Amino acid sequence: MSGKMLVNGNEAVALAALDCHVDLGCGYPGTPSSEILDEFARLGGSAEWAPNEKCALEVGIGVALANGRSLITMKHVGLNVAADPLFTIAYSGTPGGLVVVTADDPGMASSQNEQDNRRYAVSAGVPMFEPSDSQECYDFLIEAFRLADKFRSPVLFRMTTRVCHSKCVLDRTGNGLPPRKAEYVRDPRSNVMVPAFAKLAHRRLRADLAAMAALNEKGGWNKVIRKSSELGIITSGISYQHVREAAPEASILKLGFTWPLPQKLIRDFVSGVKRCIVVDEGDNFLADNINAMGIPVEGKAEEFRFGELNVGRVRKLLAGDTTPEPPPAPGKPPQLCVGCPHRKTFEALRDLDCTVSGDIGCYTLGVMPPFNAIHSCVCMGASVTVGLGLRKMLPEAEARKVVSVIGDSTFLHTGINGIVEMVYNRPATGHVVIILDNRTTAMTGLQENPATGRKLDHTPAPAVSLEKIVEGIGVEHVDVIDTTAENDRFKELLKERLSSNDISVIIARRPCILAAAKAKSYEVKK
Amino acid sequence: MSGVRNIIVAGLGGQGVLKVTDILAEALFEAGFDVKKSEVHGMSQRGGSVSSEVRYGDEVASPMVPAGEADVLAVLESGQLEVVRPLLRAGGAVITPEDLPLDQLKNPKALNTMMLGALSRHIDLPEEIFIAALKANFPEKLHEVNVEMFRLGRNFR
Repeated sequence: MSGKMLVNGNEAVALAALDCHVDLGCGYPGTPSSEILDEFARLGGSAEWAPNEKCALEVGIGVALANGRSLITMKHVGLNVAADPLFTIAYSGTPGGLVVVTADDPGMASSQNEQDNRRYAVSAGVPMFEPSDSQECYDFLIEAFRLADKFRSPVLFRMTTRVCHSKCVLDRTGNGLPPRKAEYVRDPRSNVMVPAFAKLAHRRLRADLAAMAALNEKGGWNKVIRKSSELGIITSGISYQHVREAAPEASILKLGFTWPLPQKLIRDFVSGVKRCIVVDEGDNFLADNINAMGIPVEGKAEEFRFGELNVGRVRKLLAGDTTPEPPPAPGKPPQLCVGCPHRKTFEALRDLDCTVSGDIGCYTLGVMPPFNAIHSCVCMGASVTVGLGLRKMLPEAEARKVVSVIGDSTFLHTGINGIVEMVYNRPATGHVVIILDNRTTAMTGLQENPATGRKLDHTPAPAVSLEKIVEGIGVEHVDVIDTTAENDRFKELLKERLSSNDISVIIARRPCILAAAKAKSYEVKK
Repeated sequence: MSGVRNIIVAGLGGQGVLKVTDILAEALFEAGFDVKKSEVHGMSQRGGSVSSEVRYGDEVASPMVPAGEADVLAVLESGQLEVVRPLLRAGGAVITPEDLPLDQLKNPKALNTMMLGALSRHIDLPEEIFIAALKANFPEKLHEVNVEMFRLGRNFR
């Protein structure tokens, strides 16, 4: 299976994971990261969907504490959820290998923000690699696990939409890492982060980062292309590919190991050119950090921190041209599929003039005409709790109109805590939560979740019961209804629940039309 | 990086746009070119506009086609032409469904392979390479109809 192949970055990561003998891949689906674990499982690796990114990272920490290798995957906003374990496992480290893929989405092709997760490497104090194509996805993932072995440190692997989803030629060398052997040493001084031990661990972490920075000076993860002495460009990730096309005459310092930065390498490069510009997507991450070292480089103009870069934008950036760019031609916007079970639910919410607190998934498209039936949406799980806040603040007549809608996978991700909040700190007018249960994780590509009754590889698994969860927490009314087949009954039920001061959960259950056919094929396989 | 050729395929979610560029990229890879293929996945695909880009040559850098540098636009739904037109170079070719023998289209789902056939005339590769890549991307029971639609698109006019 070694040799040349045409693969995207996600597939290249999966291949490298296989060649590194990764013991467990764990994550939560999120564009553009979702295909990594599907592909790893298809290749024969062991992979799981966790209910959320924090759970995924913590399972991965356990694997690495037991001397194994784990690969944790998520989209950029997922790392916000997993940030809590990340910041502390950076202190204690693990004997095994722990690599966390963060797939950022500059331009927000399928995300609610375009946060730049390179900041996490700095604030958590973890080393970071940034691949620029499928070859580097493969090579750098192996290097990331090699570094993890050397320093006991978790490693951040920062990909972006175009690196994840662009296919290019990969030469799979097969030069991975040997398997690790399960072994657990009870070592509380290293692994129990009480203050006395954490104080020592923090000092060790900073010393390790200094050692990694020294290693980064000569490690071969960065590339210097000496051409013009007039113009030098420092770049990383996908921007490197745009730069070498937009400025073929410029000298380039292409950074692959982007935290902690190789200060001497950068200083030498900058001193060899008259003018040095930094070209990277998102925040002025590299320029700010390089300037902070006392090395004078130019960052990009504010205009270029928005959206993705491309060859044309890099040409403009280098020319100092900040004239507004023409807006892209409007295409046909995405919409809920014909036959989507959410349609009837949103029609009812619109017709009853509900104020809808929404959540993350295909169903966020309920914001679009003809429904116009989502009025706020923040992050995974927020529909329930934001709805509670609205109920608490608004005058009674307005509060009664508030409904929270959340998908099945999103509910299991971070919605359950909101139900606990609802039961514990109930609004005077009660509240109504609708779980849009289409039996799949639709938007990211129909992945399984803990309620579907199937594991990541679609083999049977115990199905978590949504109704038992909410009943167990203490919700007063729990109804399960097919809002398409029983639309009138659904409207009556919703009216009744909204007029009471009770707390209610309505589970709107009907399979996604895209998932239903696939689910049938899995049954046959069984 | 001189001599890179750029192909854009556009349409609506569900029309098989990505399948066309998967097959095209594979054919070019098998022919020995450096190839990059790029598109955006996720929410944008829920029935909305989809476009995918393929670049090939001796060495390709950016996976995204710069504005005004596309050699061919192949559009599976004519309404999508204006969305991608800014990518087209002066003198570049445009193919729309009106340029295909639609009366011979056996299944609307195979519009994409018929389009691939028409598109293949703009790429200097032997037919067998396309047919092999096409077969590699469909289950065997769909080979016959897709090869037929490909040939209709390739040989029309």
